Amino acid sequence: MIWKTFRKMFLILVLVFLYLPILILAVYSFTESTNIGAIRGFSLHNYVTLFTTAELIDMITGTITLALAAAAIATVLGTIGAIGAFYSRKNASRFITTLNQIPVINADVVTGFSICVLLVVALNISKDSYIPLLAGHVTLCAPFVFLSVMPRIQQMDPSIYEAALDLGATPFKALTQILIPQIVPGIISGFALAVTLSLDDYFIAMYTKPATFDTISTYVVNATKGAQTTIKTALWALSTVIFLLVVLIVLVTNIRSLRKANMEGGRRAQ
Amino acid sequence: MESKDTIIELKGISKVFEDDGFKAVDNFNLEVKRGEFVTFLGPSGCGKTTTLRMIAGFDVPTEGDILLNGKSIIGLPPYERPINTVFQRYALFPHMNVYDNIAFGLRQKKTPKDMIDRKVGRVLELVDLEGFERRAIRTLSGGQQQRIAIARALVNEPEILLLDEPLGALDLKMRKEMQLELKDMHNKLGITFIYVTHDQEEALTMSDKIVVMSEGRTQQIGTPEDIYNEPANAFVADFIGESNIFNGMMTGHLKARFCGGEFVCVDDFEEGTHITAVVRPEDVEITAPGHGTINGIVDSVIFKGIHYEITVLSGKNEIVIQTVHNARVGDRVGLRVDPENIHIMLAEDHTNLFYADVNHDFRLEYNGHHLDTSLTRIIKGSKRREDGTVVDGNGDILEPDRVRILVSLMPDDIEMTDDQDAGLIQGTISNLIYKGDHYSYIIHTELEQDFVVNDEDLWNMGDRVSLLMPVDKMKFTLKKK
Repeated sequence: MIWKTFRKMFLILVLVFLYLPILILAVYSFTESTNIGAIRGFSLHNYVTLFTTAELIDMITGTITLALAAAAIATVLGTIGAIGAFYSRKNASRFITTLNQIPVINADVVTGFSICVLLVVALNISKDSYIPLLAGHVTLCAPFVFLSVMPRIQQMDPSIYEAALDLGATPFKALTQILIPQIVPGIISGFALAVTLSLDDYFIAMYTKPATFDTISTYVVNATKGAQTTIKTALWALSTVIFLLVVLIVLVTNIRSLRKANMEGGRRAQ
Repeated sequence: MESKDTIIELKGISKVFEDDGFKAVDNFNLEVKRGEFVTFLGPSGCGKTTTLRMIAGFDVPTEGDILLNGKSIIGLPPYERPINTVFQRYALFPHMNVYDNIAFGLRQKKTPKDMIDRKVGRVLELVDLEGFERRAIRTLSGGQQQRIAIARALVNEPEILLLDEPLGALDLKMRKEMQLELKDMHNKLGITFIYVTHDQEEALTMSDKIVVMSEGRTQQIGTPEDIYNEPANAFVADFIGESNIFNGMMTGHLKARFCGGEFVCVDDFEEGTHITAVVRPEDVEITAPGHGTINGIVDSVIFKGIHYEITVLSGKNEIVIQTVHNARVGDRVGLRVDPENIHIMLAEDHTNLFYADVNHDFRLEYNGHHLDTSLTRIIKGSKRREDGTVVDGNGDILEPDRVRILVSLMPDDIEMTDDQDAGLIQGTISNLIYKGDHYSYIIHTELEQDFVVNDEDLWNMGDRVSLLMPVDKMKFTLKKK
């Protein structure tokens, strides 16, 4: 009995540890407080600031645009890489897979710094062209897309591609009409992963972004150092919005996969 | 000039895989006539699927040429060959429904929509699945998926249909049904079928011509009757149907000694020739003791429904007999075989074949001697467990009483010695032939077996020798009793 209560307590403790910080931030984002500590009445002014300050809106749309663009390019590269590695000879395939793992494990700060050195210092490409930033984020995301597409290809019946060729499809048609539709779930999850990685990134953006441009991460780091309290508290609202969005996405995907599993279970039972 | 009837010809095809240097197919030659049903038959790893893949265009031969209607198709990619394949695991496109799967090939050829509709309908009728157009693939049973896979290939009206063990994933009853249906389709359509299987019964039932393959080489090409009745070598005899196979030698005109007796036969070879004799279990007759060619003791009797399977031990030789008459274990019986039912083959490479037993420690034993090799190396996928038992690839425990190991050993690898205790088995030299640079000896052993040994030195007839047989030169095959 005591053991049972203890187990429950422990679980609650872990959950509190995980969610309390963000909950505090969420609560304070709906108040007039400028400091965490004293609550001074309910207010939506943080949200008003968030959605009316041009600087903040530009920063958010800029970050999202960057994330979508980098994720799109990374998805194409990662998917092609995975397909290529799968159909390569054994040794080549193993070599590519190993090479792909290194950027995944490597520290972002090293990736960011080395891209900066290569593109900006060595090749003399201006940071203002956004090319170093975009290239940096694609480098960050593509290996993860590779990793999320690969298992899908491995699960596929390997003779499906050959069957398409056998029925008269050219290799390109077999790829686009047969192979890619099979691995769409892997591609989508790879894309989603790439978007979140790009949104999260701080180090690569810091080394490669144009001086006048900020992503959410770099902006937040700078703002918390500064003295502008209205902006600082508006970021609490931004954090809350991001958190709620994430909760929503997780809930929707989980419910959908649960439904799908139920449907397939039902079909099998027939 | 090739005859007009030949649709496809494989000339000296070899395939070596670059990854590991494995030679999957070695100098394969075959002519297939238009409308024929040809089966590639052999155990797994014999190169039959690789050969099929080279015809389809998925693999490129390392050597040799493939002619379709007299023209080389070596340079053509699979999508330009008028050949379609039914894959082992169907390889249907799971994201398309039945109609789209079947229409896929026609759409690649830009066939008009109404024509596609008509053709898909007709081919679905052929495989008995009318009205299945809108069904999703995963709602179909294995048998239905197989039919769709056949329909998807046939709708393109290929010149040749390749089938890669298409019935392997089906249960026995479904497999029998599909065999007949496929044969029926073949008769109706007149398309050339090339079929790959490891199931000898399937091959015998369906084919016009069977190509028996082993280790990348063609062992025999012939009609099912030819292959069953006149196997070209011990491998074919052993693989097709059940057989008793003995090593022996010709002892006179139409007389052969094997299995510890002298039998009259109809195949004429010179006296002293080393031979392999094949006798089908249904051709051995049980007589009263002393009335047959050899005598033996009934070792086991198994009721098989339409017949009994009786094993008789004669000396150390084991003879399997299928008969409708019962016998009792322990009975003394005589055995005889009609001369025309003894199939004598020249033992071309003189490979020595003998059986070793698995003892209760799961070690190999021959003539009371332990053979220093591991069972787990002989049986694919097997493992030795901590308690000493050996499990096979399926995780089933091996029963030592129910298996034996066929050992093959080349004459050059055996050495003779005077030291009687040094070798695995002892015997007397019963024949010797000078072969130019060496002598070929036949040693008749205490276990009533004949071994062929090549030696450069001269020994005398009647010499008693012991045979040194190196285990690392032996090849092993698992046999079920």
